[in-house]
Amino acid sequence: MKRKFKINRQVLRKSEEIFYRVLMILSTSIIIIALLAIIISILVKGIPSLSWSMISQTPKGGYYFGKEGGILNAIIGSLYLSFGATMLALVFSLPLALYMNIHKMKQKNVVNVIRFFLDLLWGIPSIVYGAFGFTIMVYFGLRTSLLAGIITVTLFIIPIMVRSMDEVLKTVPKGLLESAFSLGSTRSETAFRVMLRQCIPGMITAILLAFGRAIGDAAAVLFTAGYTDYIPNSLSQPTATLPLSVFFQLSSPIPEVQSRAYASAVVLTAIVLIISIASRGFSSRYQKNRIK
Amino acid sequence: MINGTKINIEDLNLYIGKKHILKDINVKIPEKKLTVILGPSGCGKTTLLKSLNRLTDLYPEVKTQGKIFNGTDDILHPNTEITELRKKMGLLAQSPYPLPMSIYDNITYGLRISGRRKKRYLNKRVEYYLRQVSLWEEVKDRLKDPASALSIGQQQRLCLARGLSVDPEIILADEPTSALDPVSSREIEELFLKLKQRYTIVMVTHILRQARRVADYVIFMYLGEIIEHGTAEQIFEHPQNPITKSYIKGTYS
Amino acid sequence: MKSLLVPSFKIRRNLRDKSSSFWMKCCYYLVLSMPFILLTGLLIKSSLLFGEKTFSELIFSSEWKPLSGKFGFLPFILSSLWITFISIAIAAPVCLLTAIYLTQYAKRFVLKVMHPVIDILAGIPSVIYGVWGIIIIVPFVSKVASWFNIHSSGYSILAGSVVLSVMVIPFVLNILIEVYRSIPIELSEASLSLGATKWETIKKVLTRKAFPGIISSFGLGISRAFGETIAVLMVVGNVVQIPKGIFQAGYPLPALIANNYGEMLSIPMYDSALMLAALILFIVVTFFNLGSRYLIMHYEKKV
Repeated sequence: MKRKFKINRQVLRKSEEIFYRVLMILSTSIIIIALLAIIISILVKGIPSLSWSMISQTPKGGYYFGKEGGILNAIIGSLYLSFGATMLALVFSLPLALYMNIHKMKQKNVVNVIRFFLDLLWGIPSIVYGAFGFTIMVYFGLRTSLLAGIITVTLFIIPIMVRSMDEVLKTVPKGLLESAFSLGSTRSETAFRVMLRQCIPGMITAILLAFGRAIGDAAAVLFTAGYTDYIPNSLSQPTATLPLSVFFQLSSPIPEVQSRAYASAVVLTAIVLIISIASRGFSSRYQKNRIK
Repeated sequence: MINGTKINIEDLNLYIGKKHILKDINVKIPEKKLTVILGPSGCGKTTLLKSLNRLTDLYPEVKTQGKIFNGTDDILHPNTEITELRKKMGLLAQSPYPLPMSIYDNITYGLRISGRRKKRYLNKRVEYYLRQVSLWEEVKDRLKDPASALSIGQQQRLCLARGLSVDPEIILADEPTSALDPVSSREIEELFLKLKQRYTIVMVTHILRQARRVADYVIFMYLGEIIEHGTAEQIFEHPQNPITKSYIKGTYS
Repeated sequence: MKSLLVPSFKIRRNLRDKSSSFWMKCCYYLVLSMPFILLTGLLIKSSLLFGEKTFSELIFSSEWKPLSGKFGFLPFILSSLWITFISIAIAAPVCLLTAIYLTQYAKRFVLKVMHPVIDILAGIPSVIYGVWGIIIIVPFVSKVASWFNIHSSGYSILAGSVVLSVMVIPFVLNILIEVYRSIPIELSEASLSLGATKWETIKKVLTRKAFPGIISSFGLGISRAFGETIAVLMVVGNVVQIPKGIFQAGYPLPALIANNYGEMLSIPMYDSALMLAALILFIVVTFFNLGSRYLIMHYEKKV
């Protein structure tokens, strides 16, 4: 009698584990399926209306009623904007990341405070940055422009960039730093010659990550960069961006324009995927070259 | 001097990835004695200990060949009921890892898992095992406190009591004093000397003096092989192998 | 000659060290002051509205008529809450189960597949999620609604929540994987040695140990979901109403800001109202963000 009970318990314990394992495999598959569904649905809808003229021309007259033209303005605009923002963010992020890991190496409290603030800033939604940027713009009497877009996006990718760089620099063994100091190099020499050389692939990954964020974000540029059919040729002109071109074209009632929105989505997805794959390549190389 | 055999290891080979970690291990571990696995660090002592209750299953790259008999059951056989097998062996790790629950629940965890739920029975068992490791007087007023609130030495004794709670036949101890201060280490050693009347104890250590203090039987390992094994007297007084000799003399570097 | 060269070289080195250190300090202060600048900016802009209305009038009123100066935020706040919590309710179990699977059971090749999958999901721009939502989720929701005999266009709270849940999955999942990875393997070994099965070990020991981390990851997920704009805006319907069911359209706070930036300067107080929406977002998001981090830190200290 007792023996039977015991066997039942064993069966119960086993089947509970199997039940949950099935659930786990299911939820893992859900994630994979979701990704496939996103990419496939975008491709299926977008590929048919993707053409060379789509990506090599700016909108011509009547484009938004389904006439000729392309989204070159948005592609170039997005690249300008993201490139500008990434470069500008780099000017602030790299020194700060190095500062945290070299100058304040011994002051754990300072570093933790910076990390805390960066995490706080990272958490703030881009729409808030956008609204804030817009307010500042209005305050200074500026109009929507490439420059305003770049500044807003810079603010919002700085925490991303610094934190990713910080993660990379954190892994540099302290002994390497100390030996550099003991050879008599100044802190900035240590920073730029020793640390950076050790971490270049990881740094590039961090920069690419920030670039990917910059090119994909719509909410921050919605207010600040404006939208135009022309490729901007100065910082003070407004610029189109890819996410917004997808967004605007999709809200059009005309089917041709809508299908172009899908094609634009394919372009944007492709750019982001390329960046993601490139940064994977760098980070895996980084894993190999790192001194442990 | 050595009578019964508790564990019989035959032709055990263990690989992690392509690395050959344990090479042709053949040894018998005596019953109700304290067996010490001795050797320099990185020689595979801990791996040997963990393959005894198949904790090596946790590492996907590990491959084992050979046989380990506990009585007539082959531990490494894939059909072995692994939870029952592990219950026969209490484990004491390098540093204490109390489960994230109260002192009381740490002891009752194993019992509840095997289906014992009666409050009175559990209370009795908790007191019994805590007394076994002389912890009862220190903690009887705060059984509901989290186990992590205890001192390191107390935690290690709690872990020992937890291991005893499922009534094992064998205690596996992996350098159980390496995280402890000298006083707590001594307490653990004395407990082991007391417990070996009733349990077969296998202890890994690289501290020679500790081995001298407690061992009945010694297995000396070097680079994944058993170089020499025998009673404590044989190994410490008349070592045969030159490597063992130099290690015992303390000239090993 | 040589002795002359050395000092000037030294001075230059020192100068370079000083100037780069100075710039580093500037960046440091910039980051430290940024949250306060943001907060002050939003406060100043939205304070205009507080001059005329009371706090409860703004938060608990559901009347939104900017032209007649009526700004009741209740419909937007409720929509945001609904969408955020439903999306977390969907994402949380999926993330938890997947994290356990990937850290405890999965074979190496599964990990090799899942790492890029999570990375790519995290990197897909939110407008793409929106497009996907319009292509797949919106029609699907409409169909599901018809099973319940409810007429819905599909542009609804539910559609927004589903899209949002997929967006926060990589974010929450990465934290959870980190949480489970950081648990020492000795803890599993201890539990297994007592005769527990692997699942019992996970359920009773590991998940218990990970509990504060799990709660924090959900909190961080909430803070991420609450501010998401474009993707949700594209599928949620944007109708100002107090949502009464998941198949109805909603109008979350970020969408309110994004949709009306163009006209906000032409209507008095409208810009203040939108900045107040941004301020609410800022405060809620920061609250969940800091609360979750505090929980992790506090707990780590205790252990």
